[in-house]
Amino acid sequence: MADYPPILQEYLDDFGFVTSREERVDFLIAIADEFQPVPESVATKPYDEAQRVIGCESEAFVWALDREDGTLDFYFDVLNPQGLSAMAMSAILDRSCSGAPLEQVAAVNGEFVFTFFGKDISMGKGRGLTELVNAVVYQARQRLKSAQI
Amino acid sequence: MSDIAGRGYSNADKLVSTEWVAAHLNDDKVRIVESNEDPLLYPSGHIPGAVEVDWVKDLNDPLRRDYLGREGFEALASRIGITPDTMVVFYGDKSNWWATYALWVFELFNHTNAVIMDGGRLKWVEEGRDLTRDKPSVSPTGYSAPERDDSRIRAFREGVLQHTQANGQLVDVRSPGEFSGEKLHMEGYPQEGAVRGGHIPGASSVPWSRAANEDGTFKNAAELRGIYLDEMGLSPAEPTIAYCRIGERSSHTWFVLTNLLGFADVRNYDGSWTEWGNSVGLPIEK
Repeated sequence: MADYPPILQEYLDDFGFVTSREERVDFLIAIADEFQPVPESVATKPYDEAQRVIGCESEAFVWALDREDGTLDFYFDVLNPQGLSAMAMSAILDRSCSGAPLEQVAAVNGEFVFTFFGKDISMGKGRGLTELVNAVVYQARQRLKSAQI
Repeated sequence: MSDIAGRGYSNADKLVSTEWVAAHLNDDKVRIVESNEDPLLYPSGHIPGAVEVDWVKDLNDPLRRDYLGREGFEALASRIGITPDTMVVFYGDKSNWWATYALWVFELFNHTNAVIMDGGRLKWVEEGRDLTRDKPSVSPTGYSAPERDDSRIRAFREGVLQHTQANGQLVDVRSPGEFSGEKLHMEGYPQEGAVRGGHIPGASSVPWSRAANEDGTFKNAAELRGIYLDEMGLSPAEPTIAYCRIGERSSHTWFVLTNLLGFADVRNYDGSWTEWGNSVGLPIEK
């Protein structure tokens, strides 16, 4: 089984040291503050519905563009201005999965969102964030599948 | 000035506008409370002076499926610095879905001096009003609460069964797919599903969000009457039970029917479909 992308593993390790809800929330807000929506050179509104993350109530969209080295650049947008958790998750995925080996991205399990957001998050938020991760993983798996054909 | 008073609500005093809140930020008799689904929202910025009530950790019993008891409510109310005379103004995300839920729980303890800020967090933000990350300095109080009164606005399984057997009014506020039984859970909430799909016999299907405008404010009384009375044929004089999946969406409808349309006797069935759809032997319609 492939390892996770190193930057994602670093995030997971860091969150493993979180001991309080307050610390977790502050950490996630700081990450969400770094969220950058997809540039207009990649996509403009209204976005193609094919890029929408099904099951994410924050109206998240994901794009994957091929790099010359065979890895992917991921881009995100979150249309709900109150979708802060989705923005934090997008920022983590952008930083950790863009340019990472496809095998590592494809091995990611969306269940890790609870490591970041804790077990107190609502079922809806948990599902939406997991689907956001799954959308990224799907793109990596599709590229790997295409490469094998 | 806000137009709330001119919307024809039966009890317009249960709503305040963003303008009203902005003018009462330093009012000692008012406590502003934010209640959201997303735990990052309040710490990322909230109305100056507002405290947070979290629907998971503050309103629910940590062990069994129930709300907090009297002692828990007293501790919560004391922590957020209110007395029985304090006017509590709730607001939050998702068209005040979670704010109405918190208000409903507060009313179980007879804290009826509680209102909703129309439009919720989204309206406040979109109007460009101030937000702060500073936690307010709150002087704890010694709130003395009565025992929780579940008889007035809360419904339980046996009561709902009797109600449906007597052809009483029921409002199912879930999505049409959940109502029909096509889906066993709300879109995005699979773990809170049920073994069986469908709805409680005789229930009318009115998704909760139909009562809200795009900007999160409540529709006016004429529009609401058009939905609940004209379209669904509900009578404000008849006892009514609202339900959803775990009782949170239906608290929004409970608020609308009770305070905006003046229904005389509305109860929220918080056991809702996760109890009914998983119970042995209860009647179900599809």
